[in-house]
Amino acid sequence: MRPIFVNVGERTNVTGSAKFRKLIAEGQYAEALSVARQQVEAGAQVIDVNMDEGLLDSRAAMVTFLNLIASEPDIARVPIMIDSSKWEVIEAGLQCVQGKAIVNSISLKEGEAVFVEHAKKCLRYGAAVVVMAFDEQGQADTAARKVEICERAYRILVDQLGFPPEDVIFDPNIFAVATGIEEHDNYAVDFIEATRRIKQMLPYARVSGGVSNVSFSFRGNEPVRRAIHSVFLYHAIAAGMDMGIVNAGDLPVYDDIDPELREAVEDVILNRAARGGVSPTERLVDLAPKYKGEKGAARVVDLAWREQPVEARLAHALVHGITDFIEADTEEARLKAERPLHVIEGPLMDGMNVVGDLFGAGKMFLPQVVKSARVMKQAVAWLLPFMEAEKEGQERKSAGKVVMATVKGDVHDIGKNIVGVVLQCNNYEVVDLGVMVPADKILDAAVEHGADIVGLSGLITPSLDEMVFVASEMERRGMSLPLLIGGATTSRTHTAVKIEPAYRRGPTVYVLDASRAVGVVSNLLSPSDKVPFVEQTRAEYRKVRESYGRGPAKPRSSLAEARANKFQIDWAAWTPPAPSFIGVRAFAPYDLADLAEHIDWTPFFASWELVGRFPQILDDEIVGEAARDLYRDARAMLDRMIAENWVEARGVVGFWPANSDGDDVIVYGDDARTTELARLHTLRQQMAKGEGKANTALSDFVAPVGVAPDWVGGFAVTAGHGEVEIAQRFKAAGDDYSAILVTALADRLAEAFAEAMHKRVRRELWGYAADETATVDELIAEKYQGIRPAPGYPAQPDHTEKLTLFRLLQAEINAGMELTESLAMTPPASVSGLYFARPEAHYFGVGKITREQVVDYARRKGWSLAEAERWLSPILDYDPAAEAAAA
Amino acid sequence: MTRADRVAALKAAARERILILDGSWGVMFQRMGLSEDDFRGQRFAEHPHPLKGDNDLLCLTRPDAVAGLHDAYFEAGADIASTNTFNATAISQADYALEAAVTDINLAAAKLARESADRWTEKTPQKPRFVAGSLGPLNRTLSISPDVNDPAARGVTWDQVYAAYTEQARALHEGGIDVFLVETIFDTLNAKAAIKAILDLEDQGYEPLPIWISGTITDRSGRTLSGQTVEAFWNSIRHARPWAVGLNCALGAELMRPHLAELARVADTLIGGYPNAGLPNAMGEYDEGPGETSGFLGEWAGSGLVNILGGCCGTTPDHIRAIAKAVADVKPRAVPERPRAMRLSGLEPFELVS
Repeated sequence: MRPIFVNVGERTNVTGSAKFRKLIAEGQYAEALSVARQQVEAGAQVIDVNMDEGLLDSRAAMVTFLNLIASEPDIARVPIMIDSSKWEVIEAGLQCVQGKAIVNSISLKEGEAVFVEHAKKCLRYGAAVVVMAFDEQGQADTAARKVEICERAYRILVDQLGFPPEDVIFDPNIFAVATGIEEHDNYAVDFIEATRRIKQMLPYARVSGGVSNVSFSFRGNEPVRRAIHSVFLYHAIAAGMDMGIVNAGDLPVYDDIDPELREAVEDVILNRAARGGVSPTERLVDLAPKYKGEKGAARVVDLAWREQPVEARLAHALVHGITDFIEADTEEARLKAERPLHVIEGPLMDGMNVVGDLFGAGKMFLPQVVKSARVMKQAVAWLLPFMEAEKEGQERKSAGKVVMATVKGDVHDIGKNIVGVVLQCNNYEVVDLGVMVPADKILDAAVEHGADIVGLSGLITPSLDEMVFVASEMERRGMSLPLLIGGATTSRTHTAVKIEPAYRRGPTVYVLDASRAVGVVSNLLSPSDKVPFVEQTRAEYRKVRESYGRGPAKPRSSLAEARANKFQIDWAAWTPPAPSFIGVRAFAPYDLADLAEHIDWTPFFASWELVGRFPQILDDEIVGEAARDLYRDARAMLDRMIAENWVEARGVVGFWPANSDGDDVIVYGDDARTTELARLHTLRQQMAKGEGKANTALSDFVAPVGVAPDWVGGFAVTAGHGEVEIAQRFKAAGDDYSAILVTALADRLAEAFAEAMHKRVRRELWGYAADETATVDELIAEKYQGIRPAPGYPAQPDHTEKLTLFRLLQAEINAGMELTESLAMTPPASVSGLYFARPEAHYFGVGKITREQVVDYARRKGWSLAEAERWLSPILDYDPAAEAAAA
Repeated sequence: MTRADRVAALKAAARERILILDGSWGVMFQRMGLSEDDFRGQRFAEHPHPLKGDNDLLCLTRPDAVAGLHDAYFEAGADIASTNTFNATAISQADYALEAAVTDINLAAAKLARESADRWTEKTPQKPRFVAGSLGPLNRTLSISPDVNDPAARGVTWDQVYAAYTEQARALHEGGIDVFLVETIFDTLNAKAAIKAILDLEDQGYEPLPIWISGTITDRSGRTLSGQTVEAFWNSIRHARPWAVGLNCALGAELMRPHLAELARVADTLIGGYPNAGLPNAMGEYDEGPGETSGFLGEWAGSGLVNILGGCCGTTPDHIRAIAKAVADVKPRAVPERPRAMRLSGLEPFELVS
């Protein structure tokens, strides 16, 4: 922010605002905070806080108010001007602000010693200072006195104390004019003249002032006061005034003031000579009542951009994502153009290039870009029939063609869709094969479409293996197209270590997020940049591989040692109550409005590459605007999803008697614990642990057979029934923005469903924490007893445990949920997991495990070693191929 | 060498090469497997409160362990040792009922580091070694309310924080440090109290020493825990005229880079960075090896971002060795000149260019 004139908000000042004074006196701090917020929203770049009022404990009020501001990010983002005539109040204020504040004010009123002492303290607290033109003789009124005092203060501060001159602000006293007292008539001129000389003589120093003083004699006539402020500032700023304490957002533009009024005010401010025997003051006093009741013009939506030529209107619509006029504008452009294709290649692509540039420069963000794409698609859709009508209509030339797919066994596609949209915005043609696409279908499509690049996406860990497989198939088929890797589970390390070595004929590149996709694709398709880019990437991945294998292996405990060091629970200390039912219960359909209450919004923004905690992200300096727009669109769509039942939430919960047996948990079908329904297999940490730290497995959280009664629970919930169809419908209509939005919201609803269900389980269905009270925020922060770990996540990395869970829950019948061959859940917006009730239960990561445990686990699961190594490949502490070769 | 000589040598060395700070203390003490008795020693054998985990206390009860670690880091190539005093303030030591031992801990810590540094300077005079007195962030904060129902409440007062830092800074100074290191700043207001405590020492007759201020960006949002952006943080502490400013802790090198680059853009003083060894895994352990960390930091150095490098949580003498090796021949960042401007801050920066 590089302001020319700094507006310092004046309304949080008890001496200047009767309303604020009343709120503080009555202790209504919440209301008082909203005054500060209004100032910032209205454009105050600094807010002045003043609590100098005889009946107040000024020091306490200053401390309380500044502490409160500290917890309001939308106010605390701007610097504070700590305003008091009492040093002890200022110092108390300085002890409350983490930012660099302005002290308002210090002066030579009590002599040099005190002035120096205060200035030194300001240096050490780290504050800029306002210095009032006030000395031992009193407040300066003439220009000469003002300049004299300011110069003296400047010399002491800068030459004697080493105070940075750029942190010195002079307040040469603004006094009221047009008071009827002749000596006052020149006060505005004195201020303006002093300002001019201070700025000339005292390098880097600033000039400020309390503007509303100047119009004091017109109290009660706000329109005239505002006109006086505006005219005064116009001249004072021209003379070099840098900042002013003003009612931010309440100043008319100089040129907009009625000329008759403006001229009268100007005569007063500049103390011009009387005309026709009428002094400027007299004339303004006569004129003032005429303007008293005038209301400000109502604010309207700014449609000035509609006045521009059609090309500029199209660009504006694209950059701002406005679809309201797009068809009419496109038609107008078509009528002007020789051929409909020229509209695309001309103004529309020009507009998209602006979007691309702004995105590349970090001035636009993903949600905005996806909205731009929606405008583009609607414009193209309008033109399509005309283009088809043109017999000779040839295909438009794209910058390159990318075939993309989510790999076999995986159903997640938000990230891939966003990448697709961003690429299309940059004039690449994208062939999106959808989700769960087998390798041969991807590669056949690449050949058939003559693709320039293949892109793979995946979210769950088994997809990593599938990507390695696709890469090896490309190698086997003799292809040499660039291969792009992206998605939540992928990484540069995995790409470098596992995927790239499988595909030597062509380049493999990991793409961190959608914003990088364009750069990578354009490099790969550039005749000049391709070779260096590919070589650089290969070299980088070689280095990653080298450093990956290196470094000392982390010590691992033997399985026997790890088991001996299991997580200990005193089973006698607490026994969970029996759940309210044994077996499973379906909850279908579940109330969507209730789920909406439980949404954790932070990951929602992350899925759009807007990083930051909700709700603070809405006020973020950089992405705040994009986040607010996205949030508004999301809330509106969420309301429709609920009102029109776009998706159905279905879930199932089950509880069973259970006891642990070593690293397994036996699930019983009856209270007598005689029939074994299933065995849940768990994995144990093997990292070498320090004293007092256990090698934990999930089975440690369940009482062993014969020791104490215990239970486990399981759940599978989805908010995805109907979502895929709705998203498809939006996509078909050219509205990728809404398609991605609905998918992201369904994901959030599913997570909220899991959270809401867990709460009911704790409080009611299992009821082991019946008197728990937690707010939604506390729920999101997981401040409650018990855990709900999911297979495929760090505490149990084996996805195949989902098969057992789904069988126990009969999830297909009860919730309409299924598993793919890679054990991804369908519908995609689904969550499942186990419930452990004990207070000691906690989340952890299994980490890498040794071959010894893999052999043991394979035996327990009834697998071959190879099968076990395949499913557990991300957590093996050894290289199975090397082991096999050595054997 | 007198302290004035050492400070001059430190400033000169920083102009010539990238200086190396030591690595973590916590991980290294953990590996020693120290017992409650080690922490107590003879002096605190009867102390009514458990003391295991109070690493700073080891300066008094296991000086051999502390000195050994200084030696290990110097041996690995560190130029600067940080004193083992991260929590050695009356406020943080209240957890162990050891407020009364704070001055002794800081004096002992500074002396241990001083002795080790001087031994190594004697051994390799072409590479003099220095001591940075560590002032940590405190377990109480001046900007954040401990009570969700009362956002104006504070768990500690400015005067308490100022007094605690004054006691620590004075003892570190008397113990012979060369530079103050105000580190791991979660809350800039705490740091401002530390800065004022240090600057005010001058009025009590202590010779001014260089100050190094190191903030902590807690997550990818690029803000401190108390909500400031990097530039706002810099504007808030620049009045200390720090010899160096930088970032440490919370993030690994990869995630810290953009924020440190931003600081390097705005700060017209030396830049120091000492990240964690990656992000903690699910077990709270750090997995990033010396090769990876030094790879990232080598890139920072090559890109001209830094003047001082080191390691925070999870780093070891092996990390420091690898870092020192990676940047041995790399030129330090040239300190940029910035136009004069009034630079203020709330949570966000404010600039009024002249």
